[in-house]
Amino acid sequence: MKAIKLIFRNALRHKLRTSLTILGITIAIIAFGLLRTVVTIWYSTVDATMANRLVTRQSVSFIFPLPFSYKDKIESIDGVKNVSGAVWFQGVYKDKSNFFARVAVDDNYFEVYPELLLSKQDFENYKKQRNACVVGSQIAKQYNFKIGDQIVLEGDIFPGRWEFEVRGIYQPKNKNTDATQMLFHLDYLNERMKEETPARANQVFWYMVQVNDPNRSAQISNQIDALFKNSTAETKTETEKAFTQGFVSASGAIITAMNWMSFMIIGIILLVVANTMIMSARERTREYAVFKTLGFSALHLTGLILGESMLIACLGGGLGVALIFPIVKGFEEAMPKGFFPFFFVEPITIVLAVIAILIVGLLAAIFPIQRALATKIVDGFRFVG
Amino acid sequence: MNGIIQVKNLSKSYWRNSLEIPVLRDITLDVQEGEFLALMGPSGSGKTTLLNLIAGIDRPTNGEVTVAGTNIAKLGESALAKWRSSNVGFVFQFYNLIPVLTAFENVELPLLLTKLSKSERKKHVEATLNIVGLGDRMAHYPKQLSGGQEQRVAIARAVVTDPVILVADEPTGDLDRKSAEEVLTLIDRLNKEFKKTIIVVTHDPHAAEKASRKLHLDKGDLV
Repeated sequence: MKAIKLIFRNALRHKLRTSLTILGITIAIIAFGLLRTVVTIWYSTVDATMANRLVTRQSVSFIFPLPFSYKDKIESIDGVKNVSGAVWFQGVYKDKSNFFARVAVDDNYFEVYPELLLSKQDFENYKKQRNACVVGSQIAKQYNFKIGDQIVLEGDIFPGRWEFEVRGIYQPKNKNTDATQMLFHLDYLNERMKEETPARANQVFWYMVQVNDPNRSAQISNQIDALFKNSTAETKTETEKAFTQGFVSASGAIITAMNWMSFMIIGIILLVVANTMIMSARERTREYAVFKTLGFSALHLTGLILGESMLIACLGGGLGVALIFPIVKGFEEAMPKGFFPFFFVEPITIVLAVIAILIVGLLAAIFPIQRALATKIVDGFRFVG
Repeated sequence: MNGIIQVKNLSKSYWRNSLEIPVLRDITLDVQEGEFLALMGPSGSGKTTLLNLIAGIDRPTNGEVTVAGTNIAKLGESALAKWRSSNVGFVFQFYNLIPVLTAFENVELPLLLTKLSKSERKKHVEATLNIVGLGDRMAHYPKQLSGGQEQRVAIARAVVTDPVILVADEPTGDLDRKSAEEVLTLIDRLNKEFKKTIIVVTHDPHAAEKASRKLHLDKGDLV
C-alpha cells in the first residue's frame, strides 16, 4: 500500500509534466485505435466471406459481362448447390455522395447469402413485385427507408430513371456483414435492357456459386473455367475470399502505410514516456541513494520506477482506450455515408492497444531502472541535478 | 578490548582514468560500544569516505571493517543492504528526506523493511518523533519544516529502527547556529541517554566538543 501511495505521489510530483505525458499517450492511443479500426475493418470484408462461395466472372475483368446461359451449365456441375447472377448497377440516389451498393440479383441470392436475414413475409412480398427492392438495415436507418417507400435512382452504367419500391429490409447476421446494400430483381433490369438496349440484355457481371463442400472449391473452380475455355467469354472462378482480397489489395499501399503508422505512433509514445521517466529518475538520483542507504533493495527501486512508468502509461492509455469508442463513432459519422459498409472497434484493436500500453510502460522504465541500480550510493549523494 | 567497530588496515583509492588517487591510507581504529566519536579534518582529508566505509555504503580497496562482529567488506550487495537496514542509522548534511512523504512517513520508511505491523510501526514512529521534539509535526511535509526540524526528522528516521551505530555526516553543516545547537544536543542525548554508538564527521570544532573522542584525518591518514 505504501509503495502504491509513493508511486502515485511521485507520478504527481510534476503535475504539468505528468499531465502532458498522459495527454500525449491518450492522443496516441486514440490515433492508434482509429488507424487500427480502419485497417481491421478493411480486412474484415475479407473475413466476412464464406468458404463455400465462389465467384465466377469474365477472365479479363468483372466489368465485362457473362451470358445468362452460363448459369445452367454451372449448376450442372457436381457439387454446385446454387448459382446466382449479379449485376453491379451503381446509379445515383439523389446525390453522388449518397454511396451504397446497388446490385441486381437473382431471387436465390438470399439462399447463397444466408447471413442477409430477410423475413419470409418480406421475401414473399419482394418476389411478387417486379420493381421491388430489399435494403440493408444500415442504409434503411441512414436514409430513413421504410417498407413501401419509393427509391428513385438515376442510372449511369444503365442510363435512365429507375424506380423501386422497398419491400424488405434485411438484417446483418454478423457484425461484419454488409448491411449497406440495395438488392433488386435482375429480371427487372433485364426486361428493360431487352426493350432499350437489347445488346446488353441477358447478361450478368458475375455469378455467385455456392458449393456443397468447401474442400472441393478449387476443383469446382477449375471445372467451371474449363467449361467455358476457348469461348467468347472465358471465365475466372475463385473463392469469394480471393475475389474480395483482390479489391482490398488494390488499396494495399495505403492500408500498409496506415498499419505502419499505427505502430510508429506506439514508438513515439514510448519515447515520450521514456523521456518523462528518464527526467524523473534523474531528478531523484539522491533519493534513490537514500533508499539504498536505508536498505531498500534493487527490487524495491525497480518496483517504484516501473510502477510509476506503468501508472502513467495506464492512465494515459486507459483514457485513450475509453475515448476510442466515441471518437471512432464520431469519425464514422464524419465520413461520407456508406463509405465503410460497417465501422466498429474490433476487440483485437483494444487488445493491441492494451498490449501496447503495457509494453510502453515496461520499456520506458528500463533505462531509468538500469541507471538507478547502476549508480553507486556515494555517487548518488554527490549527484547535482 | 575489542570495539563494536573495528577498522583494520583500511585503504580506499579512487581511479581517474589510469591514475590512482588514494583517499584513505592504512587506517586502523576501534570504536567502543556507546562511544561518541568525532572525525575531524579539512575538506578532502577522507573523513566522509571513512564514515561511508564504516556504514557500508562504500567498498574499501583494502582492509577490513567489522561492525558488531560482521566483516561488512565481505558482504554482497543485497546482504549489505539488509545489514545496513538493521545496523546503521544515517544522518546527512542536507537531510535527504523524501519530499513527497510527510515527517511521519519519512520516519516510517526504514520500518517498512521490518516485519512490524502497521500499528507497531505507528507506535515506534510516534515515539521517535516525540523524542526529537516533533510530535506535533508528523503530518508536515519537509518543505513545511525548518532546516533544523528537517534534520531532526532525519535523525528520527536514522534511529527509529534502533540501529547498532548512528553515523552523521556534517549534521549541522547546513543549519543556523540555534538549529545546529538543537541538533547537537539531540545527538548528544541519543548517546548519553539511549547509549547509541555515534560517529560524527565534522570540521566544526564546536560540534566536535560534544564527542567523547576526536580523531583527525589529514590527506587520508589518521593524525
